[in-house]
Order: sequence, then C-alpha cells, then structure tokens
Amino acid sequence: MRNWYMDYLAPTSVEEAVGALAAQPDARVFAGATDLIPQIRAGRPEPGLLIDLKRIDRCTTVTKTDTGWVVGAATPTSRLTEDPDFSSTLPGLSEAAGLIGSDQIQNRSSLGGNLCNASPAADSVPAMLVNEVRAVVAGGNGTRTLPVGDITTGPGKTSLADDEFIVEFEIDAPPPNTGDAYLRMIPRTEMDIAVVGAGAQITLDADGNCAAARIALGAVAPTALRVADAEAALVGNPINDDTLAAVAAAASAACNPIDDKRGTIAYRKQVAGVLAKRAVKLAADRAAGTNANGAH
Amino acid sequence: MNTPHTKSVVSCTINGNATQFLADSGGTLLNALRDDIGLTGVKEGCGTGDCGACSILVEDRVTCACLIFAPEAEGATIVTIEGLAEADHLHPLQETFLEGAALQCGVCTPGFLMAAKALLDKNPDPTETEIRYALAGNLCRCTGYDKIIRAVQDAAERMRENA
Amino acid sequence: MTMTEDPTTPGYKWVGTRPIRPDGLDKVTGKARFGADLILPNMVEAAVLRSRHAHARILSIDTAAALEMPGVQAIITGDDFPPTDDMAPGDAHQAVKVMARDKVLFEGHPVAAVAATSRAEAQAAAKAIVVTYEQLPHVLTVDEAMADGAPILHDDLITANVDPAPETASNIASRAFFERGDLDEGFAAADAILERSYTTKPVHQGYIEPHAAVADSGQNGRANLWVSSQGHFDMRTMTAKVLGMSASKIKATPAEIGGGFGGKTTIYLEPLAVLLSRKANRPVRVVMDRDEVFMATGPTSGSSMKIKMGIKNDGTITACDLWMAFEAGAFPGSPVGAASMTALACYDVDNFRIEGFDVVVNKPKVAAYRAPGAPISAFAVESMIDELARAIDMDPIELRLANAAKEGVQAPYGPVFPRIGFIETLEAIRDSDHYRSPVPEGQGRGLASGFWFNIGGNSVATVNVHADGNVSVITGSPDIGGSRSSMALFAAEEFGIDVERVQPHIADTDTIGDTDVTGGSRVTLATGKVVVEACRKIVTDLCRRAAKTWDCEIEDVEWVQGHAQHVSGTESPLSLADLAANAGRTGGPISATHAENVRGAGAGFSTQLVDLAVDEETGQTSIVRYTTAQDAGKAIHPSYVEGQMQGGVVQGIGWALNEEYIHRADGTLDNPSFLDYRIPVASDLPMIDTIVVEVPNPNHPYGVRGVGEVGIVPPMAAIANAIDRATDCRMEHLPMSPVALLEAINERNAD
Repeated sequence: MRNWYMDYLAPTSVEEAVGALAAQPDARVFAGATDLIPQIRAGRPEPGLLIDLKRIDRCTTVTKTDTGWVVGAATPTSRLTEDPDFSSTLPGLSEAAGLIGSDQIQNRSSLGGNLCNASPAADSVPAMLVNEVRAVVAGGNGTRTLPVGDITTGPGKTSLADDEFIVEFEIDAPPPNTGDAYLRMIPRTEMDIAVVGAGAQITLDADGNCAAARIALGAVAPTALRVADAEAALVGNPINDDTLAAVAAAASAACNPIDDKRGTIAYRKQVAGVLAKRAVKLAADRAAGTNANGAH
Repeated sequence: MNTPHTKSVVSCTINGNATQFLADSGGTLLNALRDDIGLTGVKEGCGTGDCGACSILVEDRVTCACLIFAPEAEGATIVTIEGLAEADHLHPLQETFLEGAALQCGVCTPGFLMAAKALLDKNPDPTETEIRYALAGNLCRCTGYDKIIRAVQDAAERMRENA
Repeated sequence: MTMTEDPTTPGYKWVGTRPIRPDGLDKVTGKARFGADLILPNMVEAAVLRSRHAHARILSIDTAAALEMPGVQAIITGDDFPPTDDMAPGDAHQAVKVMARDKVLFEGHPVAAVAATSRAEAQAAAKAIVVTYEQLPHVLTVDEAMADGAPILHDDLITANVDPAPETASNIASRAFFERGDLDEGFAAADAILERSYTTKPVHQGYIEPHAAVADSGQNGRANLWVSSQGHFDMRTMTAKVLGMSASKIKATPAEIGGGFGGKTTIYLEPLAVLLSRKANRPVRVVMDRDEVFMATGPTSGSSMKIKMGIKNDGTITACDLWMAFEAGAFPGSPVGAASMTALACYDVDNFRIEGFDVVVNKPKVAAYRAPGAPISAFAVESMIDELARAIDMDPIELRLANAAKEGVQAPYGPVFPRIGFIETLEAIRDSDHYRSPVPEGQGRGLASGFWFNIGGNSVATVNVHADGNVSVITGSPDIGGSRSSMALFAAEEFGIDVERVQPHIADTDTIGDTDVTGGSRVTLATGKVVVEACRKIVTDLCRRAAKTWDCEIEDVEWVQGHAQHVSGTESPLSLADLAANAGRTGGPISATHAENVRGAGAGFSTQLVDLAVDEETGQTSIVRYTTAQDAGKAIHPSYVEGQMQGGVVQGIGWALNEEYIHRADGTLDNPSFLDYRIPVASDLPMIDTIVVEVPNPNHPYGVRGVGEVGIVPPMAAIANAIDRATDCRMEHLPMSPVALLEAINERNAD
C-alpha cells in the first residue's frame, strides 16, 4: 500500500458524514473501496480522509416499499442478488449488479460506488438507466433526488458537489408485463471490465407488441447512455427480426466509443448493436414470462 | 510533506480469538494480517482484487483482504486460512484438496479454500458451473482448475453426507 | 484420510500411486512459507524505483532528498554495483538488467532501490529520488528493431553466427540456422505448397506469487539470501557474479515457490537485497508489486514468422522453409534457438531450412517460459500442417502419422531419436472417445502436436536413514509442482517401505551439492535418478550390514520388501528399522549421497484435441471440450503428471485467446495487471481430459521422461485449427481475441 497518510472515519449518520466531508476538502467517501484502493495504490487519488459509509444504516439498508425498493447506496451488491424478491422482479438490474466482479468483490461492491466511480463501463449503470432509478443525494445544502443518468458527467467525473454523496437509490417496481435485462461483452467469462454493456426494459401490450422500451448502453461513450432511436424503433411494434435489426442499427449509431486496450471503436459499435438486440429480446421474453435466464 | 498519521487500535475477532492490532488508516487489512498479526497464510498476488489469493471471510462472507482498509475491521469477525481447520481435524475442503492433488505450487490454495468454503456454506450442492463461477475470482496458474473443481465437488459431497 | 485408489504398476508398490504430497498439509493450512512470508528480526523493507521510459539516457540521479525521508536506511543506484567492463557479455547484461547504469532500456528498468523501516516509507522515498533522463527513440517490435536506421539499444551488439560478421552494431543479437536436404527439390516434389505469416505477442508466465527476496549481509563479506526461485544455486551464482562476490560467500535458502513456469530461473531482486542489506546493515526484504512483475520480469518473446511448406497428395511433407524473428527484450537471449530446433521435431522431413533471429527491443528481457520457444514455432508449423491437411483433404492425425518422428529418425537439430512416443500420443487421441464422437453442431474441432527436449543436468541427493528406520531425502531441487512426492515415491519403492516414512527436504546451498534449476522438465528425471542411486547405495550398505550381523557373505543377502533376507531363509529377516537401530554396531550412521550430471533425457511429445464454439456476432470463443495426450515415459505420481498436462494446456488456452502485452506508443505497458492481462479463470474452461501415455525412457531407472513443459506447445495451433474449422477464418496472429476474431469474421462475410 503506497499511501498511509490518510485518516479514517466511520460515521454512523448521514449528517456526520456530510459534516466530515464538508470540513476536509480532500476527504473521500467510500463503500466497498474495490475501485478506490487500486486507484490509491496506483498513486491517484491521495485522499487525506477516508469516510466509510457502511456504518450508516440508511446507506446499507434495503427496504421494500409500496412502489418498489429503496436500496442503500453502500449496500453490498451480493445482498441484492441474493434477495429472491428483488432478483425475480428486477432480474436485469440484479444480474447487472451481480456482474460487478467476483464473489469477493460482490460482498463489497455497491450501486453507489459503481455509479460514482464513474467508469463508462460500470455494469449496473445501464441497468439502472433502463429502470429509471433515482439517487437520493445528501450534502451541505440538504437532500435532493435526481435521476441516475444525471450523476455521471464523464469518465471519473460526477455532478455531485464536493460535500455531497449518494445515500440511497429509489427503484420503482416495474409495471405489469415488463421485463428487464442487462448483457455485457467481456473477453473472458468473469473478472473483466465490460467492453460493451447493454440494458433494456421492455413492456408488452396485450397483443405482445412493445408498449414501452428503454434501452441503454455502457462502455461505448464517456458515460452510459439511453438510446432513444432504438427505443422508438420498438414502441408500437412487435419484437421480431426486423425491429431487432433496427434496434441494433440504432444502438451502433448511438455509440461514441474509444479505442483502448479492451476494444476498438469498430468492435464496440458492432457489438453494441448485437447486445442491445439480445438484451431487448431477453427483456421481452421476460415481459412475456417465457424466459428468466440472463447472465451466466 | 506529509507525515504518517498516528495509528489507530482496531479490535476484532480473528479465527475465534479476540485480537487487537495497530492499523495504518490507509493501510489494507491484508498488510495488517500478514505483517502485523503474522497470518502469512493470507497471500498477496496482486493487491487489486483481481487474483483472490488474499481471500478471507468477514462475517462469513468471502472478500479480498487487499481491498479492505485495516480500520474497517473494527468489530468484525474474520476467518483466515489459519482458522479453517479444527484443532484435531481438517476441513473437508482441505482433505479433498490434498487427496485430489488440487494444488501444485500452493500459493493460491488458501484463497481457493476460503472462497470454496463460502460457496459450500451457502450452496451445499453446487453444479460444476456454479463452482466455476463462484471461484472465478481466484486465479490459479498451475492446475488449469480441473482438480480444484473436482476437489470442491468431492468436499460438497462429503459435507452433505456428514450433514 | 484415504488415498485415491489407483492400480499400481506391475512390479511397483509405490511408483504410480497417488499419495498425499509431503508439503500438502502446510499448503492447505497456510503454514507454508513462500518468498514474501519471511520476517526476520530487525528486518527492513525495500522498494525499487523503476524507469517510466522505454529508452532513455540517465543524466543524473539525486538521492539527497530521499535520504532525508523518514525511516530510510539505505539507497543504492548503479554506482553501488561493480563495473561490468571485465564481465562476460551475458553477465554484464544480467548486471545491467537488475540495475540500470548509463541507460534505461525498458519501462520498469530499476534505477535505484531504497531500504526503509516500512514498505510505505521505502516507496515514498523512492518517489523522492530525482532522476533526469534524456529520452531516446525506442523500438517495440522485431520489425521496428530490424528496420534500417532503427534506434540501437546496445552500441556493441554485433550479430553472432553470421559469416562474415557484420561490421556495425544492430539490434540483431544472433542468428540460428538449421538445414537439411534440398529445398528446391522438396518444393518441386510437392502437390500443394502454402505460404503464411504468423505473429505472436509477448505473454507472461503469470505465476500468482510475485517475486520476493530477503537478504542478510554481514561485515565478513558473506550473505544469507532467502529466495523464491526455481533454483537457489543459480540465484546465488548469478547474484554473486553481478556483485563481484564468490558464489560460496552467499548461502541461498529456498522458500516455497508460488509458481514460476521458467520465469523464476533468473535474478531480479536478489542482488538489490544483498546490496541494500550490506549498506543498511540490517536484513532487507524486497517484494514486487504485481505491476512490477508484469513490467520488469520475463515474458516470453513476441515474434514474427514466415513459413512455406510443401506436401504430396499422399501426405508426405516434402519441404519446409521457416523464418523467425523473436523479441529478446532489452538484452539478447530469446528462445529462438530452441524454437528453431523444436519447430519440425515432430516430423521426419527431408528438406528444410530454419532460420531464426534473436532481436533486442525496449521491453523487459524475456525469461524462460514452459518449453521456451517451442509453442511459438509450433503455432506456425502446426497451423500450416492443418491447412495442408485441408488442402489435400486428409485427416490431420493420418497426416501427422504419415510423417511422424520415431526411433531412428534424425531430429532436425542433429541427434537420432532413441525410442520416443510421438506416434503413441497420436494414436491415443485417434482412439479416444473425444475423437471418435462427432463434432457437435455449431462447433469446430482442432488438433495439434508438440515436442520438447526435456533435459537432465546436475543433481545431488543425500539420503539418511534415521535410527527409527524412517528416511530423509535431501535434494537441491525446488519443488514447483509436486516433485517432493515423486522423490518420496522413488525412495519408498527402492527401500520397500511405506511412503509416509520418507520425508523429502529441499536444502540450502551450503547443505547439498550444486544443483541445476528446476526447469527443462528435469527434476523427476534427473533429481529422481540421483535419489534412486543414493537409495541403491544404501540398500547395498544395508545388505552389507545384514551380512555382518549374520556373519555371512553379502552375496547371501538380498533386499526384499523393506527387509534384508538371507537367501537360505535360515535367518529372521531384518527390517530397515532393525538395521537402523543397530547402525552403531554395523558401521555407524546410514547415509549416502549421489551426485551426477544426468544424461539421457527422454524427449516429450503431446497431441491435443479441442472442440470449441464461436459466437459469430461477438467473436468470442468458448472452449467446450479438451483432451490432451502426452508421453510421460512413466508417471511417478499420476495426479501431478495430469496436473502438469492440464496446467500447460490452460496456459496455452490463455495464450491463444486473450493474453498479450499491450504497449502504448510511448513504449509503456498498458495492461500490467491481472485485470487486463487476462489469464484464464475457472469459468472459462471445461474439465481438461488427460491421457497419460507411457513409453518408458530407456535411460532412466523408472522410465521417466519429464512432463512439465510440452503440454503448452500444441494449444495455440489446436485452437486456431478449431476456429478455422468452426468459422472458416484462419487466424494467423495471437491472441485470437474477440476483437481480432470478429474482424476476421467480418472480412469473411464481406468476401
């Protein structure tokens, strides 16, 4: 461990955490630290104070409400994937959360951390986007609630103020005849960062046509993004080869990726279309109640 | 220039023993376990959570000790490889790893055993695929995993028989 | 606990069984001490400052501020090392590799090292050392390095083995060349001729344990060194040379080794630890971080190859012209020579020319990696043979059988093969359930073979019989994959005693005689042989002692199942324990040593078969079924033979599909982590089925050939061949990653 010039604080209330964050400019909140520790080890960043959110009850509590769930932002993702009610209702989001690293990582990683680390490739983010998850943010000026899509602004960057952090997420239960899915492409079967990720939430009408569609991509632009053209290609139409081809084309067109060690621009664009198509198909099958198998 | 902060005292339970140690705030639990507490069975293969060699159980859940800040251990119940066996007998996983030659160099073995224990405690009858994914966070470069997977299957069977 | 039941070999009670390994208990309970696990009283920790540049001149190193940092005990730079002027070129390169002098030649090249009271303090101080560089242009590939006007790494490097010798320095360190017959005649006789080019990337051995060393130097000029290595004698000798010491002044003690695969046969940290300890006057521990392992320790070579091969319609290979250039890294010494020697060793080819070049580039110096060089040339040759099989519509096994090397055939590198088992590996695959079952719908099946020499070399064993009749077997061979089990089995077999009564031990450099590295698949063969010979000396001695006890001729005593027996049956047999208890009255302690430069290694062959599926929309390959057949000569502990076979295959699968060094344009490594250097994980793989072929090596008392290496030779070509059959895409560049394969599929679709 390179950096040992750090203090550690484990507040037990949101207010205490906000106060500590406000008081020390180089303070940093964390949940599972699965991204933070490797970053510190690599020499960036070097926080002066580490604020552990896991001893704040609200940050680690999962509550089922009348309309859905409230999930503490620091809750280990394994708690979500192991919750049969959550996982059967939101299989795509549960599976996306379950793809954040190994079992070892799963017992530490969190939706809040995955989002605020602001990697374009974060697996849970496209799945949160298609479920239109909202983040409850606490800070010196009180609490505000905003869409998850408004949090990340670019690689490693968020819209949160220096004294703000995400306390919890509000997740709506899906409407009837709705399914979600998240698929990603990695070179191995585990332990990789997504080269491309695609999430979908599909609502079917009584005829089996698409009544509503939300499609999002990860790792193909500075932030995860919703693909309105792909959604428009589906709504009011049956899910068939033609509409899926339109989804794929719209998804590929929406990409603004980079060439890097994990994939090329051309690869990401092409496979974004493939995964968007497959995610839509899986989500639609789930909406129709015919398929529940997603990630491995 | 920065100067080191004062270390903090961390109290926790390790392998059944109430333990106190002095933690560097920004140091990892892995460093504390190995260098301060002397539990060198917990291995460092990468320091970034990619190899699983430092797998330990915290509150019965498998995690990488390299991805935990040492002060986070306050109040925690921790089990390392040194605490897997009972005084007079090995854990069934340790037996089947030995009998099935599921180790070659052995440096990844402690991590595999802890991850496999976490799996079998949760799922006493896993499929081969479930075992492979549950152990995907543990890298082994010697065995090709074949004998490791079989040893976990054998241990699961033995534990079910003795349950 | 029970042992896995295994039918024993007729005539053997222990050899061929699967007892629990002697070091196993310590390894499943966390007690085993690996390189980084040693903590000495008063020990300090070290950190190494490494170059961020691929190629630069060092203008100055200012350690003044760093020396004032908290906890700092000592700092060393190249100035602390003896000059290299009088060293042999190889030693000088080694010395400069471990610590840069006037230039840095690769990212990660050590520039200074610090010892401090904690690792964090050492790292902070290392960061405070100010190095000024003049950046120099760098070369990263053989093509760049061999180009006219390329930046030169070493001003004094003249290509060896070229006649006449070049007059100017270049990045080409040497040339390997083998030829036989007449190429033109060979190609003229062919019915089909194909020409292809192949490239491979540097790949790392990927052992899970990072390099580590602990040193304790004394004022008397001696030093104690604890090393995690494949050969502590070599570590000691290399360290001594680099530091200008006599080798015997260093006592090297082996730690358990957490994987090596060839990569831990050379020095990196050891001389730094000895020097820092001398300067700090305290024991020093130095351990690499994972990124240091990737940046600064041995991958094996990236390569560029061109091959032309001709074949008759009856399957006879008529000619082969192979050209190869291998990256050596920053100093000469790629395995292109071995790649040249092994390339065609599976086959009896009348006309060939093989030319290989060893080329320096601004990357870490390559280190040995499991059958060094052979997997690279085999990727070219075995891919080409599969294409030829398709070209003449012949079964790939029948084609290989038609050309297979066998006893009496002259190997391409010179010697005539004694009894070898290549054909038996082909037949084993041909007769396997895997090969006889149809290729599943949507999958492709590929096959490839491989050769590795295996070696003998210097080994020493001391065997002691304790007063209770139990046995210690002491050798100098670090146990990297279960060899202690084999040593115990040999001794148990020779003495006719329970294997649990044998305790193997790996001794330090002061305690046992000079022993070569654990490498070349030599330990079970060579160290095994000296163990057997030492045991036989003792058995002879035991018979003499029994004769003395019975007052008879030694010819009247025979050793049967752990007992001395009088041939007449008139005396009660004396057990090993009986004789040991009376040792004081029959000649004193029972002990024997055998030392030998063991010759007569038996060549190893492997043939492998893979079924795989390709996702044509993403380019992702899934390995569905894998069978490997390998000639072990004799499997002493079959579980560890299978383990070597399986481990080699899976390293090959990683090499084939995803592993590669990815360098940025500035010459720095973009993926020095297990996150992005993607070795296979458990969920990537099926079970790896093994067929252990046993064609005994006539030169070994138990027929051992050595099994550690050849398993990694065939997989890359086997997988390329299977991908070709699954997709009609012939992949000529490794790795065959999803990105690369999808690009090939797109090109195929465009045609």
